[in-house]
Amino acid sequence: MSVSTLQTSLVDRSAPAPVRPVRRAGTRARYALTVLAFLLPSAIPLTLFVLGPMIAAAWVSLNEWNLIAPMRFVGLENFATLLSDPTTGEVFLHTVFYIVGYLPLVYLGGLALALALNTALKGRSFLRGVYFLPVVTSWIVVALVWRWLLNPSNGIVNSALAAVGIEGPGWWTDPLWAMPSIIIASAWKDLGFVMVILLAGLQAIDPDLYDAAKMDGAGWWRRLFSVTLPLLSPSTFFVLVISLINGFQVFDQVYAMTGGGPNGASEVVVQRIYDLTFRYGQAGEAAALSWMLFIVILAVTLVQVRGQRRWVNYG
Amino acid sequence: MGRRRLGWIALHVIVVLGAIAMFFPFLWTIITSISPGVGLTVTPALFPENPSLEAYARLFAERPFGRVILNSLGLAIATTLVQLVTSSTAAYAFSRLPFRGRGAVFAVYLATMMIPLQVLIVPLFVELKTFGLLNTYLGALLPTFASAFGIFLLRQAINQVPRELDEAATLDGAGHFRIFWTIVLPNIRPALATLTVFAFMGSWNSFLWPLVVLRKPELQTLPIALAGLQGQYTTEWDIIMAGSVVSILPMLALYIFAQKYVIQGVASSGIK
Repeated sequence: MSVSTLQTSLVDRSAPAPVRPVRRAGTRARYALTVLAFLLPSAIPLTLFVLGPMIAAAWVSLNEWNLIAPMRFVGLENFATLLSDPTTGEVFLHTVFYIVGYLPLVYLGGLALALALNTALKGRSFLRGVYFLPVVTSWIVVALVWRWLLNPSNGIVNSALAAVGIEGPGWWTDPLWAMPSIIIASAWKDLGFVMVILLAGLQAIDPDLYDAAKMDGAGWWRRLFSVTLPLLSPSTFFVLVISLINGFQVFDQVYAMTGGGPNGASEVVVQRIYDLTFRYGQAGEAAALSWMLFIVILAVTLVQVRGQRRWVNYG
Repeated sequence: MGRRRLGWIALHVIVVLGAIAMFFPFLWTIITSISPGVGLTVTPALFPENPSLEAYARLFAERPFGRVILNSLGLAIATTLVQLVTSSTAAYAFSRLPFRGRGAVFAVYLATMMIPLQVLIVPLFVELKTFGLLNTYLGALLPTFASAFGIFLLRQAINQVPRELDEAATLDGAGHFRIFWTIVLPNIRPALATLTVFAFMGSWNSFLWPLVVLRKPELQTLPIALAGLQGQYTTEWDIIMAGSVVSILPMLALYIFAQKYVIQGVASSGIK
């Protein structure tokens, strides 16, 4: 490339310059100040209360610390302690049990409701509102209400079961039924959320596709599996990602419904983090466990994002 | 034709029965709260014979529930106002103010959505302890000041505002602050309404952080006071349910008032 062509290309590139106002040093500084003025109100709290603590947690996880005495550096000992403690596996297992029970319930229930409400049903916006109501209720209220509904001695569920001659289980007082009780309450709260996401996905599907499938003689089930579900896959993907992230962080309803009991039968990871910090004064171990949880969540999310190409159809 | 009609009716019946089942826990909560004397063995009647508001009276007399409601309300309003400011300004920058590295900064903002609060609990607790902010309202508020979700939501909305409007205003000599205030904000009112409801709801229902930072009874918020009711009134379900009703009502009112924006907000978050 000769000097002259280089010059022309430079000139050519700068050709549209007159459209943009030439910025002098003063106006550039003013622009930078404007950007800062718009960004700092959010950047400062995010740095101070999210990013900073995130890094600090990594440091705390390498120390032994009871929140009062000075920290003592112990390297990866906290991680080693956690990994060799069999109850660590148990709290992860309980968390996975929660997710495995909860996810099919809210997804299949939400899908059925979304399909039903996506028809010309009468009063459907009112019905949608009713199904959505538990979503705006706090986890604590949900937990208390279900503790009462599922009360083994005089709760309405067991009273109703007794009326038809069935002896109800001990629900949250029974190690075997504690987690299922939490799952039922959680599914009740989140069903409407999943329904609304899927309903929005359904409404984005082109109705012509259904007409075409009908002309080809496809029945209801065939249309569901060949048209609806593939085209709903982005919404399904979103529900899956969000539910898994939230599922691994499950805490409020466990705390208020069983406190992790009876006898640790429903203790989940976050409950353990909370107890390690504020009951046993093991902040280092708690920080290590929170980082382990974060890495698990990150890994699960990345696997999903990677795997989405195989089954998510962005039309 | 007859079969289709039958299926149509069956669908209505199933969906309506489902809705009744979904609503029943709320109904049962209300019924229990007005049936005094529900103890260890009594199951309230579906139609209470002697309904009374005694449980509510006791709730406010024996526990600082008035104060607790004010705490929750004040924190929720403050969180909402602050998030409206921090989210709309950041969203404006990410939509309208190009600068080097903007994409990377936005990615970091979004990544903070994925960090679970639990990971931050220990260092946050220590940080606020160092600043002497434990057991203060400010300490409860600070970590909620910026919301990545809110910024994302409002950026989507601002991207929809036609840029010709800005350009016209620029020609009239308006700077970015004027454009932000007089053109962008009025044009994203529905998104602002959505964020208002979500920020309020998030604060009203939040549990773990207030539990950690507000340890004094007079500073407690509703969810924590409710969890505490269980300890004090183990089997007095009428009082526990009265507390639940009190905590649901304001959220319910806001929801009925702004249902459209709540559902829009949830629905739009799933499409992207």
